[in-house]
Amino acid sequence: MPVSKDGLPRSRGVHEDLIRKLRKLLPPEDVLTDKEDLRPFECDGLSVYRRLPLVVVLPETIAQVQAIMRLCHALQVPVVARGAGTGLSGGALPLSDGVLLSLAKFKRILHIDPENAMATLQPGVRNLAISEAAAAYGMYYAPDPSSQIACTIGGNVAENSGGVHCLKYGLTVHNVLMLKVVTMEGELLTIGAETLDSPGYDLLALMAGSEGMLAVIVEVTVKLLAKPERAQVLLAAFDDVYKAGEAVGAIIAAGIIPAGLEMMDKVAIHAAEDYAHAGYPRDAEAILLCELDGTNAEVSEHIMQVRDILHRSGATEVRTAVNEAERQLFWKGRKSAFPAVGRISPDYYCMDGTIPRRQLPHVLRQISLWSEEYGLPVANVFHAGDGNLHPLILFDANKDGELARTEEFGQRILQLCVEVGGSITGEHGVGMEKINQMCIQFKAAELSQFHAVKAAFDPDGLLNPGKAVPTLQRCAEFGAMHVHHGQLPHPELERF
Amino acid sequence: MLERDISETLQQQVHNAVSNGTPLKIEGGNSKTFLGRETHGEILDVSGHHGIVEHDPRELVLTARSGTPLKEIEAALAEAGQMLAFEPPHFGDNATLGGTLACGLSGPRRPFCGSARDFVLGCKLINGKGEILRFGGQVIKNVAGYDVSRLMVGAYGTLGVLLEISLKVLPRPAASYTLIQECTQAEAISKMSRLLSQPVPVDAACYHAGHCYVRLSGSEQAVKHAHQNLGGEVIEKSEPFWHALREHHLPFFGAANPLYRVVVKPAVPPLEIGGEWLLDWGGAQRWLVSDEPIALIRERVAMVGGHVTQFRGGAGNGEIFQPLAAPLLVIHQRLKSSFDPHGIFNRGRIYANL
Repeated sequence: MPVSKDGLPRSRGVHEDLIRKLRKLLPPEDVLTDKEDLRPFECDGLSVYRRLPLVVVLPETIAQVQAIMRLCHALQVPVVARGAGTGLSGGALPLSDGVLLSLAKFKRILHIDPENAMATLQPGVRNLAISEAAAAYGMYYAPDPSSQIACTIGGNVAENSGGVHCLKYGLTVHNVLMLKVVTMEGELLTIGAETLDSPGYDLLALMAGSEGMLAVIVEVTVKLLAKPERAQVLLAAFDDVYKAGEAVGAIIAAGIIPAGLEMMDKVAIHAAEDYAHAGYPRDAEAILLCELDGTNAEVSEHIMQVRDILHRSGATEVRTAVNEAERQLFWKGRKSAFPAVGRISPDYYCMDGTIPRRQLPHVLRQISLWSEEYGLPVANVFHAGDGNLHPLILFDANKDGELARTEEFGQRILQLCVEVGGSITGEHGVGMEKINQMCIQFKAAELSQFHAVKAAFDPDGLLNPGKAVPTLQRCAEFGAMHVHHGQLPHPELERF
Repeated sequence: MLERDISETLQQQVHNAVSNGTPLKIEGGNSKTFLGRETHGEILDVSGHHGIVEHDPRELVLTARSGTPLKEIEAALAEAGQMLAFEPPHFGDNATLGGTLACGLSGPRRPFCGSARDFVLGCKLINGKGEILRFGGQVIKNVAGYDVSRLMVGAYGTLGVLLEISLKVLPRPAASYTLIQECTQAEAISKMSRLLSQPVPVDAACYHAGHCYVRLSGSEQAVKHAHQNLGGEVIEKSEPFWHALREHHLPFFGAANPLYRVVVKPAVPPLEIGGEWLLDWGGAQRWLVSDEPIALIRERVAMVGGHVTQFRGGAGNGEIFQPLAAPLLVIHQRLKSSFDPHGIFNRGRIYANL
């Protein structure tokens, strides 16, 4: 290891210098270095990956973020930005020789502008808080990831978060107008505009889902929508998963775009019912939840049509929520599916592939065959409207080799998603978790193009390095390992 | 027209251009050449790369080669009761899908349903190294890798040659009514802005020649009900009006003076710039026919946070698009060279130094 003038290993010298200088930029309580203080930042929502950062900083102003970035750039120290830490792919996993930049103090709603249907927010504002603040004007912010009570808008942009209403209302990318971001070099950029478009390249599209690789988001302006006059949900039970899948296609073929269209299989139904007592039929092989929203007249008309379609598709039972309380209850079961499954199994592994809807029967059949082969049960929760599949593989990490088998099973599911024309991730992001699967979805030249895009924003590769896009070398190694029954490398290894 | 995949020929032409250092001018139906700055180079004709590759109405996804005429795509969708919901302007009979997305143009429906880029799910392109690359896919949710497909929309072919595009498509509304009401520009702006915060099935709103036009679309009942609430007179057979607005066929657009596209927040009050105004996109996209100097127009519009494109009648080597802030231009230049390291595609089409 190279040694600096003071005799310390070079990296230690740089790190001490860094911390000393950070303490000049921020109040002492906003620069954390004690192990116990660092602990809450060691992982995001994907807790199988854990690592302590070198230091955590909690800036409060854009100027402070710029100063931190300039310092880190000068010292060539990597930076990982973090919102609420609810991400499910390890995107906010810290680096042991890097700065963890928390945006937790940026939690002010700066402006709600109902006349222009927009809201300007600091990145640490919680997703749900936007709709709560807009409610006074009869408006709301559409994307609603299931973690919306806790997750923040900055993280939503970084991950291009979805939710249960994507088919009709789009993902985060469709609902953001403008960002203020700080580059690794400390430059403050305005991307997009308060207007419906802006001159030059669509950098806003690049920033959405960039997983903290391009710049740090310090302000977000989102689009607000008028709250629909009415929302109504139907619950349909099926004695066959495939019939439920057919019903989904039939609703869409009838020219109806439901606000939400969710499917659960038997394992998921039972888990959710035990947990939330939503009144789901236990004897069903699958249920569909179909939410229709719009004006009163339109919803009434569509409900009649959808009931009809569901019956014709072979539903054994169709229920319409009789009031708002029942509607909430129907959704409660679905929204608590993950924790519900968490109760019936020591551990579960949540997959996030997308597929063209018509491939659903094929993919579900294959998953159930593999489930038997691996001896690992699967609960399927499916955003049926937009083809986003969340198979939850149930396992016990304390049983020898079960995690490895689970990961192998999961990897085969994602590979299948790609084979049928889908994607390895619909809404959770690549982060650390799916970095190897990127080698399946993209060719070397495509990955190289991604690296070139990153370099346009961050030429030195200091922002969240090692995430989201694998190096070609890594793919070569993964390819080699893949031949050996897909043994995944250990998560504790550095992945550069 | 025959279905044809000429991607290998196009790729070969790009390879040749790279080795000879020849710039390329990408051309589809040649319907939007008037838009943007002039670019010079050997013509790379994409119009022969033709055909709908896939359209499964139940998936709400259509994939087509970039040279496919827009009208052919719209006809196929109409047959399935579907549409391109961003209602793209054609600006000519030969408009292609590739050109439409490269220019990133959206019609009257845009503020209510989304823009061209909002409906892009994936693409296949040739980059400036002559590599054929695929990004995105045919699924509505996909967050693997940077969103390169949407980056291509509005890049005017400066980053790559679009070969194939997958789009989300939507069902056509069952019913559509247009309401008309006489009013001033200021009244129209506040009326249209109010529509944004109300749960009404509006999918277009404009102000033209002393009248505010509001198009309601949705189920028969929804449209009827909304009409009762909003008031105004119903225009029978309003389709030609919206078509003429979208295609710039209204007499307003026939003036010999320069035409500017002014994009502002929808509720911004009438701008005091001399000339004739037509407001589309519920007030968010305003067309201005004016003899005022562009510098003055840009200055006034910048004061309300908007931007200006010289849409027709600009000098081919002038500042057609709103100039970028310096640090943003640096990112643009780096991105351009990351996709097109030899600078062969549509040089200078958006900005002189890009």
